[in-house]
Formats: sequence, C-alpha cells, structure tokens
Amino acid sequence: MNDMTSIAAQAMASENGKPFKLSRRGFLGSSLGALVLGVTLPAGRVRAQAAAASVAPGSRIAAFLEIRADSIVLFRSAFIEGGQGIFTAMAQIVGEELDVDPVNFVVEGAPPGPDYLLTGGARFTGGSMSVRMSYDTMRKLGASARQMLLQAAATRLGVPVAELTTEPGRAVHAASGRTVPYGEIADAAAELPIPANVVLRDRADFRWIGKPVARLDARDKSTGKAKYAIDLKVDGMLYAAVQHSPRLGGEPGALQNEAAVRGMPGFHSIHRLPGAVAVVANSWWRARMAVEALQVSWTEAAPGTAHTMPADFSTEAHMATLKAKTGDGVAFEAEGDAAGALAGAHRVVEATYDAPHLAHGQLEPPSALARWNDDGTLELWIPNQAPEMFQADAAKLAGIAPDKVIIHSPMLGGFFGRHFLYQTANPYPQAILLSKAVGRPVKLIWSREEEFLRDALRPTAAVRFRAGLDASGTPVALSAVAIGEGPTGRWFGRQPDKVDSSAVEGIAGKVYAIPNRRVGQIHVDDPAIIGFWRSVGHSMNDFFYETFFDEMADAGGQDPYELRHRLLANSPRHRTLLEAVAELSGGWRRGPFTAEDGTRRARGVAMASPFGSEVATIAEVSLEKGETVVHDVWVAIDPGSIVNPAIIGAQVNSAVALGLSSALFEEVVYVDGMPQARNYDGYQILTPDRMPRVHVRIVESGAPMGGIGEPGLPGVPPAVANAVSVLAGQRVRGLPLSKLNLKGVDG
Amino acid sequence: MELSINGTKHQVDIEPDTPLLWVLRDELGMTGTKYGCGLAQCGACTVLIDGQATRSCVTPIESVEGAEIMTIEAVAEDPVGQKVVEAWVSNQVPQCGYCQSGQVLAATALLKQSPQPTDEDIAGAMVNLCRCGTYNAIAAAVRDAAQA
Ligand code: FES
Ligand code: FES
Repeated sequence: MNDMTSIAAQAMASENGKPFKLSRRGFLGSSLGALVLGVTLPAGRVRAQAAAASVAPGSRIAAFLEIRADSIVLFRSAFIEGGQGIFTAMAQIVGEELDVDPVNFVVEGAPPGPDYLLTGGARFTGGSMSVRMSYDTMRKLGASARQMLLQAAATRLGVPVAELTTEPGRAVHAASGRTVPYGEIADAAAELPIPANVVLRDRADFRWIGKPVARLDARDKSTGKAKYAIDLKVDGMLYAAVQHSPRLGGEPGALQNEAAVRGMPGFHSIHRLPGAVAVVANSWWRARMAVEALQVSWTEAAPGTAHTMPADFSTEAHMATLKAKTGDGVAFEAEGDAAGALAGAHRVVEATYDAPHLAHGQLEPPSALARWNDDGTLELWIPNQAPEMFQADAAKLAGIAPDKVIIHSPMLGGFFGRHFLYQTANPYPQAILLSKAVGRPVKLIWSREEEFLRDALRPTAAVRFRAGLDASGTPVALSAVAIGEGPTGRWFGRQPDKVDSSAVEGIAGKVYAIPNRRVGQIHVDDPAIIGFWRSVGHSMNDFFYETFFDEMADAGGQDPYELRHRLLANSPRHRTLLEAVAELSGGWRRGPFTAEDGTRRARGVAMASPFGSEVATIAEVSLEKGETVVHDVWVAIDPGSIVNPAIIGAQVNSAVALGLSSALFEEVVYVDGMPQARNYDGYQILTPDRMPRVHVRIVESGAPMGGIGEPGLPGVPPAVANAVSVLAGQRVRGLPLSKLNLKGVDG
Repeated sequence: MELSINGTKHQVDIEPDTPLLWVLRDELGMTGTKYGCGLAQCGACTVLIDGQATRSCVTPIESVEGAEIMTIEAVAEDPVGQKVVEAWVSNQVPQCGYCQSGQVLAATALLKQSPQPTDEDIAGAMVNLCRCGTYNAIAAAVRDAAQA
C-alpha cells in the first residue's frame, strides 16, 4: 500500500506553523444572502482557537460551511473534484449529519489554509485518501453544525432544545407542528458555542451515506457548463503559448525569425523563459501559431544541471541497463529465509519482468491563469491536487509571502496524478513570469504536444523474480528485486539506505502465505521526469507479481485460482473476496474454452491490496489477428465500508479502462532524449471499441475504510496478461501487450 | 465573416483559417466546447455543423460560413439534445466531464440521423476518447435516449 500520508506530513511540515490567511474572495461567485455559520470549535480543540496557524483541521465550521437564506448549503471541499465524485461524497457525509439532502449542496474546492489539512496534517487529493481520511471529521463537522442550528431554533421557538428534532433542511418542533428552515436560523446559530459532544447518526439510520446518491455535477458536465481551469477568463487577460526545449535542460538561444513572428496577427510579445520561449497574444490560437513559427536554437544544458534529459537517452537502452543490474538490492520486506529456502527448493522458477513509462493523458491540457493584483497579491487559477504546496512554491518563485498568493483550484479535466507539484511539468511558473512581464493577467495553455513533451511520467521498472517450489508444486520461497526509481523518493526526498515504498508497493505487501520471502530494490535514477500515475507503484508492480504468480502455479502444475485460494487459507478477508469475484464471473474457469460466438477464450485472475482496499479481478480474453480482445472484467472490491456504491461502480469502470489501456497500448518511447509521441495519434489510449463489459461487486467487510479512486486498476493488467498467456501458450513478461507478436495464435 | 451559431449570427473579424474551436472559445466566450488534442484525435471539440458531428479543432471558420453551427451551449434547447442530456444525467455518465460536451453532441448527431440506432450504429458514431473510461455508461445512455 502506498502510504502517502507520511510523505504528506513530511512535505507539509515546513508549512505548518506559517500564518495562512483565509481568503473569502468570491466564494462560489456569490455571497448574496449567504450566512456564515459559526466560527466554532469543538471542545477539546480549544487550543486551536489561539491562532490560525494551529487550527485543528476540519474543526472550524465556518471554513467549510455557509448556509444561505434559502437553506442551500455552500460547502468548501478540502479535496478537488476531478471525476472521482468527491464533491458528491462530501455532500453525502456532511449532509447525513447536518440533515440536509446532498442535492441542496453547492460544493467547490477550498482555498489553501490550515483548516483543510485533512490528510495526515497535509492536504492532497491523491492516494485515494480523500474520503477515508476525512470521513470522521466531516461527520462531526456536520453534526456540530446541526446541533447549533437546533439550539438556535430552540431560542427562536421558545422551546427546550430537547423537544426539537430535524428534517432535511429544517428544525422541527413536533409538539406544536412548527418548523424553521435552516436558512432562517443560520446567522443565530453562528453566534452559538460549539457543542462539547455530538452524537453521530447511527449507521442503520443513514439516508445518504452508503446510498447511490446522484452526482452533483452530472448535469453541468452534460451541458458544457462545468468550468475547468482552461475555460477561465478575467478582465484584461492575454493568452500565452510556449515552445519548450525538445530536451529538458536546453535553453533558448538565437531566435532566427523574430521579426516575422512579431508581425503575426494578434501578437503582443515574445519571452524567454527557463527552458522555453513564449508568445503572448490576444488569443490562444494566435499565440500558439506565433510561438510554433519561432525558429529557436536550443543550447545544451550546462553540465551538472539537475534533471536534464541526456541527449542519448533512449527508453530501450535504459531498460537494458535496468535488466543488466545484478545483486539483491536493499531489503524492503523479508520473512523467513528466502535464500535458504530457494537453495533447498525442489524446483526454482525465475523470470524478469518489465513495464514502460506511461503518460497521464488526462483530457484537459494543463493551463495556468495568473494575475498580479494592485494590493501586491498574486492570484492563480491552476489545476492542482495540493493547493498549499502550489501556494508555497508559487510564493517562492514570485518572491512574496505565501499568504499573498491566492490559489483557486477549479474542477480538473481528469488528473490521475498529473497535477502534483512536479517543477518542470507544471505551467504556472511560466504564467507567473509572463503575467509579471506584461503587467496584465495571462492565461497560459500547453498544447497537447507540449504536454506530451513535459508530462511527469509513470516510471519504468524491471523486476527479477525467483521462486522456490516444494515437491508438491507449492511455493515456499519468493525473492523479488525491483530495479528503478519510485516517484515518492523523487519528489519527497529519498534516503539512500532505504527503499522508496512507491517503487515496491504491489510486490511487497502481498497477502499470500509464502513462508520465505524477500523483496529488495536496486535504485537506478530514471532519466525522465517521473510522477504519480493512478495507483502509483501498484500500476505495474501488481502486474509483475500476479503474472509471475501464474508462472509459479504453472511450474508447479497448479491451477492459478486454486493456488491463490489455498495460499489465502488463513486470510479470510482475501479468500472471501477471491470467492466473490469467481462467483460474480459465474464460477472460475481458466480455459481455453470456446465461447458462444466461436472465439477461443481464456480467463485470468489477479489480486491486489492497494490504498487500504482489497481487490480481486478476473478478465476474459480472446485473441483476434494477434490483438488482445478483452470481453469482460469482473471486479470484487472490499473497501471496508462505503459512502456511495454508484460512484464506486463508476470509479471501478474508470480504473478498469485505464488499467486496460496501459496493458494493451501505452508506452512512452524516448529516442535521442525526445519522446516519439506528441499527441494521441502516436500514444494510443483506450478507444470505446476496446472497452470490455465491467461487472462490479462491492464487499463491505467492515475493515477500516480504504480508497476507491485507484484500487480498481492494479488487478487489470495481470488478469488480462494471465489470460493472454493461456491462449498464446507463452508467458507475458512485459507491457504493453501490443508489443507482443501474437500473430498465429488466434483463437 | 458571419457565423451562424445556435441560431444567432456572429460577426467575427479574424484570420479565415482559424479553427472554429478557438473562435468559439476565445472570441465568443463559448467554452463548453473543449480543446483536447487539436488534431482530430479525441473529439472533445465536437460541434454540429448542419447536424453533422464535426471536430471543430480542425475546422477553419472559412469552411463553415453560411452553415448552421450548434454547440453544447444550445443542447438543452434542441429536442434531441434534451433527450440526450436527460439520458446522460440519469445514467450518471460524466466523471471528470471534460470529454462530455463532445460526447453529448456526438450522440445528438447520431440520434438526429438514426433515431433508433443499432449497437453497430452506436459503436460507429460514438468514437470520441474518454480518458475516464465512461464508455459503457455512454453506450447505455445513447440507448436510453433513443427510447425516450
Ligand atoms: S480537440 Fe478536436 S478532436 Fe481533439
Ligand atoms: S469524463 Fe473525463 S475524459 Fe471523459
């Protein structure tokens, strides 16, 4: 499991204790008739009242809630909406306790501030953390607000508070039949002290938590009304486009045709930026045409510059380097005596696996809108998954205090890990410089081509496995050595003697009872700018492990499902889940078998334990002209307990699509230090005709709540690859599958 | 140049080879139509030109003078578009939503031409990319809209 909470805390440690100022500017575009409900704190957190710097996150109701005169609830979410349904989930959780139907919530992303540091003392929309890390706090927030509203209603009606109850959106005095809408008492409630204790609603009485509540944003997103960063406009704004150095680290030298470009329509100005040139114009298309017309001589990076792209970098050669590394690396997980058990094993199975770099390919290209205000503040509208981190970084760059940087976090047109702080992969530093230079607001958009050039990639890796089987074919020892670099170490500091968990999660932390195990890692710097990609290390490591598992099973003459089942004998939660996915798929059968349409098919199974949830996946596959066709994917997911089954179903569908896309097609290829694909024509992603049917079963084991956005992904590539191996009669040890030559093994 | 968009005439004074997408977004402030690739790969920029689903990122405005352009901003005023939107909402199609203006208009164009599309018709017309993988929900919503 990728525990981002510790790195979150680490990353934010330097920010805690700094005075944040909460901007109320333009909340939801209108504060007309809005009443701010209470600046209040639960008892026991009173010390947090002393200074904003030591606010207990999630305790100040006013930072989150406003109740309008018409009883509509305006809610600031600590987490950014990017498709995962978090705004709806927040409305369900808070609404359940506040007693307001989620449909009467209007939700937006909160500004930076100490109130919102709800992921382990920091704030990330990532690691599938949003609901599970804030669930209790947000319930208490809703319940406290409800209690204050009840108190205000009691005063208004002149009755004891004990005689009052609530119905959605209002307080009710049953004895007299009188009701008071929340909107009428919100201001009085705001004056009241926070209740010392609040009783949370009994799970059995939930109206919205656990129900398939409709998404709040579905209609706006179906009618083009939802606004993303790329859509925003402010008065006096100019547009900017950039051309980056083809290799990271190069700087712009001579501009051969500057005069001609200056004469292009709508032209405003040319700017040299670190590693790029920009044109500012009166429309983005004109800016783009001009900047792409510029003939730029790029200088080579000065020796020793960090993270420059070597002129001879090729992904193929890099993979050969990874595979050539010998040794067992630094141990991350060890149990029993793997080396001894391997030496004494009846049979040893060995294989090396690999997976390529991947691009995020979120459909909204990155943009940044920057405006320097007369009062010395800098205002930024930027796609981001961590507002405080962007604020701190922007402040450093702008040379002003963090509280002078106002961050707006619009809806994200997909993210999958794309919008963390990745230095050269974020456009806002350029927008800040451009806006300063021209003295006007500037909206910078990266073209899709610039995005493919500067995206932070899912790292590449190779893994060497060795397994020891006993005479009965049962694995008794497993050694894995992962070779590469993890994104957590890259961006949050790597300790040389320690393994970055994001490099091994999904190889380590597996649930099968293999008595002697060792997972080690050999660090090799990845020459690319790497980043977090949906399900992070799990996105490839579960592929490596779960496909090698089938290899072990085959070598020992075991059915891969039965072997998993047997090795989970002492792990009821996982065994139940495995049985659930088998049942969902109509009973386990590996194949090959002939389907009704005459195609030859097989099924593969895989399990994963990502982000606090447990997942079991089965895929049914055929081969057609050497191409992998995936017909059905069955997913049983156990997130412990849930908030919205419909959103979980949608997220699993989405994770299946992305996981399958990576398994079938995706690979970032570098030659001579440059990516070969600069748009979707060269970097194929899943198209509608390749989407399988997806069947989801949610199992609520009652275990601590796990994540939802990412866990559906890691099981998909191995389940598919395991099925392909059955049909092809050869093991699949690398991705994407489109690279395999499967012609001639058609069903 | 005069463009007829959602039943309204707009005078635009801009290079005639400018893609319609950027005239809509930057000149006319109609940002419901999205930029995804600029290369006719993704369909996020889909609009209807005389009822045909068209990728506006590669459509120069000079080629659509005199044509009737419909964008997502007018979808709810179109009887077919309205059915599609309702089906989109009831099937809870959007995730990030960024591709969905284009998806809704592609479905609207399909149902205008084939009110009772077969699954093959749907597969043939609904080819826009969705990185969030809402493809199954899209197909279900198109089928629902055809029944409505
Ligand atoms: S933006 Fe036009 S097809 Fe992608
Ligand atoms: S809903 Fe996100 S790209 Fe389609």
